[in-house]
Amino acid sequence: MEPFRTLRARAVPLRAENVDTDQIIPAQYLTAVTREGMGQGLFSGWRYHPDGTPNPDFVLNQPQYAGAEILIAGRNFGTGSSREHAVWALLQYGFRAVIAPSFADIFFNNALKNGLLPVRLPEEAVQMLWDLVEEEPDTPIRIDLERQIVTLPDGQELGFPIDPFRKMCLLQGMDDLGYLLSKEPEIAAYEARSPW
Amino acid sequence: MGKTLFEKVWDAHVVAQDPGAPAVLYIDAHLIHEVTSPQAFALLRERGLKVRRPDRTFATMDHAIPTRDLDIALWPQDAARQVETLRRNCRDFGITLFDIQGDVQGIVHVVGPEMGITQPGMTIVCGDSHTSTHGAFGALAFGIGTSEVAHVLATQCLLQRKPKTFAINVEGELGFGVTAKDIILAIIARNGAAGGVGYVFEYRGSAIRSLSMANRMTICNMSIEGGARAGLIAPDEKTFQWLQGRPYAPQGPDWERAVAYWRTLHSDPDAVFDREMTLDAGELEPMVTYGTNPGQGIPISGRIPYPEELEDPGERRSLLAALEYMGLKPGQKMEGQRVDIVFLGSCTNSRIEDLREAAKIVRGRKVADHVQALVVPGSKAVKRQAEEEGLDRIFVEAGFEWRGAGCSMCLAMNEDKAPAGKYVASTSNRNFRGRQGPGARSLLMSPIMAAAAAVEGRVVDVRELMREPLAV
Repeated sequence: MEPFRTLRARAVPLRAENVDTDQIIPAQYLTAVTREGMGQGLFSGWRYHPDGTPNPDFVLNQPQYAGAEILIAGRNFGTGSSREHAVWALLQYGFRAVIAPSFADIFFNNALKNGLLPVRLPEEAVQMLWDLVEEEPDTPIRIDLERQIVTLPDGQELGFPIDPFRKMCLLQGMDDLGYLLSKEPEIAAYEARSPW
Repeated sequence: MGKTLFEKVWDAHVVAQDPGAPAVLYIDAHLIHEVTSPQAFALLRERGLKVRRPDRTFATMDHAIPTRDLDIALWPQDAARQVETLRRNCRDFGITLFDIQGDVQGIVHVVGPEMGITQPGMTIVCGDSHTSTHGAFGALAFGIGTSEVAHVLATQCLLQRKPKTFAINVEGELGFGVTAKDIILAIIARNGAAGGVGYVFEYRGSAIRSLSMANRMTICNMSIEGGARAGLIAPDEKTFQWLQGRPYAPQGPDWERAVAYWRTLHSDPDAVFDREMTLDAGELEPMVTYGTNPGQGIPISGRIPYPEELEDPGERRSLLAALEYMGLKPGQKMEGQRVDIVFLGSCTNSRIEDLREAAKIVRGRKVADHVQALVVPGSKAVKRQAEEEGLDRIFVEAGFEWRGAGCSMCLAMNEDKAPAGKYVASTSNRNFRGRQGPGARSLLMSPIMAAAAAVEGRVVDVRELMREPLAV
C-alpha cells in the first residue's frame, strides 16, 4: 500500500447521497480474478450511455474535472455491497481521497486498507466545497493527513477525524497483515483455550 | 452493569488488544465464494502464506454462476474462470468446497446455516455484506472486503474497532399477511439506509421471538441495508432445535455443552445499549419500496412522499433522483403499479419457508401474461425439499421458471438481468439503480407480495388474494 501523507489536487463534486458500491463499480466488472481493469468500470452506469458512448452530463466526463484526485460526495458514500473492487476502481481511475459527510462501514474499512483516504467533513463543509469546485474547478484542495486538516486556497482549514491507528498505517503505508502475523503467539494461545 | 449479547460474543473473541490499536478479533468460521476471494488467495501466494485454519474455512459458488441447467462448458467464460479459480484455490489450500457439481451448493448465507456451520456465539465473516444473515443464530457475523478475506485466511483474525450497540425492539403480533420482510423494510424506512452506520443491531421483543429461524434470517440479512454491518437475535429453543443434527453442529456430549453455553447468550436485563428504538408489529402492513435505496419504502396503503414533506435537502435530492430513475411520481400509491418481472430468491428470501408461503398464493392461479417470473431456490437442499413437497409443480404450472440455486437476479452478475426500464417485484435486498440489470427498476417486497404481483401483473395488497377462496 502506498503511504498517504499530503495531497494537493483538484476535486470533483458528486452531488449525490447514498452512492452505493453497485454504482461505483457495477457487478459486470466483478467477474475478474485480479484487481486490474477496475478503473474503466468506475461509475460506468453513469459515465456511459447504454450504447457505450460517454454521457457528457456526468461530472467525471466534464473536461474541467479531468485529472482531479479528490471526489466530494454526499453522505453514506459506499453503501451496499462489500466489494473492495469499488475502492480499487476509485484508485485506478486516479482518486486518492474521498470527502463526504459519512461513509458506509465496509467501504470505509476497505478504503483505509488500500490507501484511499476517506475524509469525513460536516454536511455544511461538503456543501461549501461543492459550491467552490463547481464555481472554480481549478481550485486546488490540500489534505494533510498528519495534521488531519483540509486546506482551501483562501487558507481556510477544516479539521477531520481519523482513527489514530489507521492514520499511522496510512502515513507509513502499512497494511494489517504484518501486524496480525506478528500476533501469532497470542492467536495460538487463544486457539488453545478456545472452546471451539 | 450487564452485557449485551453483542458484547458477550465480542469479548469472547478478543485475542489481543494493544493500547490505541483496534482489537485482534478471532474468527470462528470463514465463508468464501467465487467473486470476492480470488484476489485474496493471490495475495497469500504473493507473500508465501498458508491458510491458517482450512478446517474453519468453507467455500461455495453462488454469485456469478448460471442458474439454468447448463454444462460448465457452455457457461460464460468469466463465470467459468471464477469457478475454476475457486476450485483450484480450495484444492491447493485444503478448503472444503460445496461445489455446484455436488449436492450442498447454494447461496453462501443459506448453505452455512443449513450445514450447521453457523452456530450461536460464533464470529462469522464472509466477503459479502449479507453475512449479517447469520446473526439470526446469535452469531456476530459481518461482511468484509477482499483484503480482510486475505487477513482471515492467513491469521484467522481481523483488526476491528468495537462498534456501538443498537437495540431494535419489535413488540406485539404481526397482522394477517404481514411478514418478517415487512418488519425489516419498515425498520429501514424509519431509520434510513444509513441509520445503523457504526452500530450492531440486536433485534428483540415478542414479535422477533415468535419468528421462525428462516424469518429471523430474513431480518438479520437486511441489517446492512439499514447501515449496520451486523444484526443479532438471541438464540433460544427454536435455534437449538433447528441446529440439532445438522452436519457441522456439535454432537453427543459436545451438543449438551454447547447448548449450555448458548443459553447464556442473551443481553442481560441491566445491559445498556447505545441506542434503542421500538416498533409495534401490530401496526405494520405489507411494505414495498419505491426508490433506489432500501430505506425508500412505504406500506401498501401509503403514498410516495412529496419532496416538500422532507426537511433535509439531501433526502429531497435522493427522492427526486430516485423517482426520476424509477419513473414514479410523488404522492403516487405503489398499489396498482405495473410489474414486468418477478424474482423470488436471494439470501433474504429463498428458503423453503419462503417458497412454501409464496406457493400458497400462486397455487391454482396463473402468472399474468405480460410477466416473466422466476423462482431461484437458495440452495440445492431447498430445491430438493421444494420438489419433494411438489412446490416446483405449483410454480411451473402457474408459469414460473424453476431454477437452480444461486444469487441470480439479486445482483445480476450472471445472465439473469432485468431489461432497462422494466419493473421487478423482487424478494431480494437491494433496489439500487441497475442492481438487477442496467436500467432495471426494483420493487422490494415479501415473497407473498411478490407472488401476488406475479399473478396480478401489478403491485397488489396480498391480503386481498389471501381472503379470496382458491380457484381449485
